[in-house]
Amino acid sequence: MNALAERHVALVGNPNCGKTALFNLLTGSRQKVANYAGVTVERKEGRFTAPSGRTVRVLDLPGAYSLQAASLDEAITFDVISGRRADELAPELLVCVVDATNLRLHLRFVLELLALGKPTIVAVNLMDVARRRGIEIDLVRLQQALGVPVVDTIAVKHGGAKALIDLMDRNELPRLPPISVTGDLHLRVRQLLADAVRMPTQTARIDDALDRWLLHPVFGLLTLAAIMFLIFQAVYAWATPLMDLIDAGTVAVGEWVGAHLPEGPLASLLVDGVIAGTGGVIIFLPQILILFAFILALEETGYLPRAAFLLDRMMSSAGLSGRSFIPLLSSFACAIPGIMATRSIQDPRDRLATILVAPLMTCSARLPVYALLIAAFIPQQTVWGVFNQQGLVLFALYFAAVLSALLVSWVMKQWRRGSDEHPLMLELPSYRLPHLRDLLIGLWERAMIFLKRVGGIILASTVLLWFLLSFPGAPADATGTAIDYSFAGRIGHAMAVVFAPLGFTWQICIALIPGLAAREVAVASLATVYAVAAVDEEAAAEALGTLISSDWSLATALSLLVWYIYAPMCLSTLATIKRETNSWRQMGFATFYLFALAYVASLITYQLVSRLT
Amino acid sequence: MRLDSLPFGQSAVVVSVEDRPQVGSTDVIARRLRELGFVPGEVVKLVATGPVRADPLLIQIGFTRFALRRSEAARVAVCLQAEAAV
Repeated sequence: MNALAERHVALVGNPNCGKTALFNLLTGSRQKVANYAGVTVERKEGRFTAPSGRTVRVLDLPGAYSLQAASLDEAITFDVISGRRADELAPELLVCVVDATNLRLHLRFVLELLALGKPTIVAVNLMDVARRRGIEIDLVRLQQALGVPVVDTIAVKHGGAKALIDLMDRNELPRLPPISVTGDLHLRVRQLLADAVRMPTQTARIDDALDRWLLHPVFGLLTLAAIMFLIFQAVYAWATPLMDLIDAGTVAVGEWVGAHLPEGPLASLLVDGVIAGTGGVIIFLPQILILFAFILALEETGYLPRAAFLLDRMMSSAGLSGRSFIPLLSSFACAIPGIMATRSIQDPRDRLATILVAPLMTCSARLPVYALLIAAFIPQQTVWGVFNQQGLVLFALYFAAVLSALLVSWVMKQWRRGSDEHPLMLELPSYRLPHLRDLLIGLWERAMIFLKRVGGIILASTVLLWFLLSFPGAPADATGTAIDYSFAGRIGHAMAVVFAPLGFTWQICIALIPGLAAREVAVASLATVYAVAAVDEEAAAEALGTLISSDWSLATALSLLVWYIYAPMCLSTLATIKRETNSWRQMGFATFYLFALAYVASLITYQLVSRLT
Repeated sequence: MRLDSLPFGQSAVVVSVEDRPQVGSTDVIARRLRELGFVPGEVVKLVATGPVRADPLLIQIGFTRFALRRSEAARVAVCLQAEAAV
């Protein structure tokens, strides 16, 4: 037992003050990331041991411009500082972090905080950058004027917070600010700046030069397109070898376990349920890590808000924000990292709208289904002299998905109209070089959030699906395939009634069920239902293609293609939506609207095509 | 003149931030603009505009750059620096 009581400290400050980098420097990897109860705002807590042996608990509060909250983040910050949240101890000591190169804006918030009369330390961060720009700050004068301790910190340097740690470690907390803070805060800030700061130029020359090019209407958009292309390539292509490796590893472990256990329900549960399910969770990690490496680096350099600046007009007319672009783009590879990437959207309404339309982006798992059906039903012809007809259909499917997403977000925008105007007011911070430690901690957090919170749901649902597909077993005198006799088979037969107007056969309905785990499994399931015997997947797909092209009508095939544009049946995506929105209601809404869209669109397609052909 | 009609690269001085009439509450956007430093006497400059319909605007104020939509910038009344000096 430690003699010194644990100390509760909260880091507060404007957005872009380097607060999180300072938090990382103080606590290292001893961090816990969760959500504040009932909301999507991230709660970050860490601990470190001060030289005296005292444990200091540090809370990294969401960045805020003012205590007069304009967003959910800011409301949380205010509530925690003032001890209004029942689930959070009011901090004993506030560390207000300010950016030494942006004191005009940040000192106003310091004054607002001091007015609360809580023990406070002001940490002037990014002192190294300020010095390089020739900004001179007289910390002693600043301390006298503010009446609370003022220290400088360099969050990206080892030992850059030593003075701050010493102050936090003292037995007696710093005295309450003796000065009264009232009146025009901006006026006070101007006085403070005139007294204690010497500033050569208004902004860094490098920022001016970079912004001239990166925000240029033509060159800026080209650069953005190039960066997006690189990210998309990386998430799509670089992750594939790793995912194949994980896939092969899962199969190998499954085979090994299968070989060492007597055949029966237990072996089947372990191999087809638990091991396949765990593999199905880990397989998302490469894409998540690659995407987040890019996003974190872009966020740290200050480019992400610039991308939002360039795209805001286009995205906002559809009811989204400039920040929605990267999450939506990455959803073309897979919606799961895409939905997780919406954490970079501060506005909760924009974030929700982006999460809800992300599953509409055509993820890579839908390609095998598209490929099978297109190869089987769309003749390989040249249209208008230049276009490949199969390619055209594939393009149409992607295009329909994007159009639907825009339409859905536009409708949602109309829905919530009447609420107040949606502000942008986005600060474009100075460009900075990303710091490796902060990147690694960020990546580690994302990986853990995914494995701990989403992994459990995916694993559980895979085991449940295994159960539905395996029980009860086929009788000895069975004439059909085993899946036909299972619960899944029975559900498929029952579903066929509902899906008959869409032209879906009972075989398709059964194949939709294992497709819940992952959409690409639907092809393999169709092969199972039709009992296609083939040596490998490719041969199976080919044999299946020939079979269904004679068995299904064109209307059925097109209807199933359209169904897959919306395809609300990826359990992993739904699990991610549940975790990221922290709400069963939003997940239910997403499921319902995707399902309704899929049903209606397929119905129209089938009825139209079957009448025309 | 208003901040959304400021010519490119031109500096101006903030005169006031006007509240837009809101149903039942204060104009949060106007309040936030004041908190961000759009207060009388502060020098602002238009440094960049978005690629579509020149929206949003990138406004330099003090040491900070803010992207404002045109409707947000229209709340800020400014006068050109030459006029302010007179």
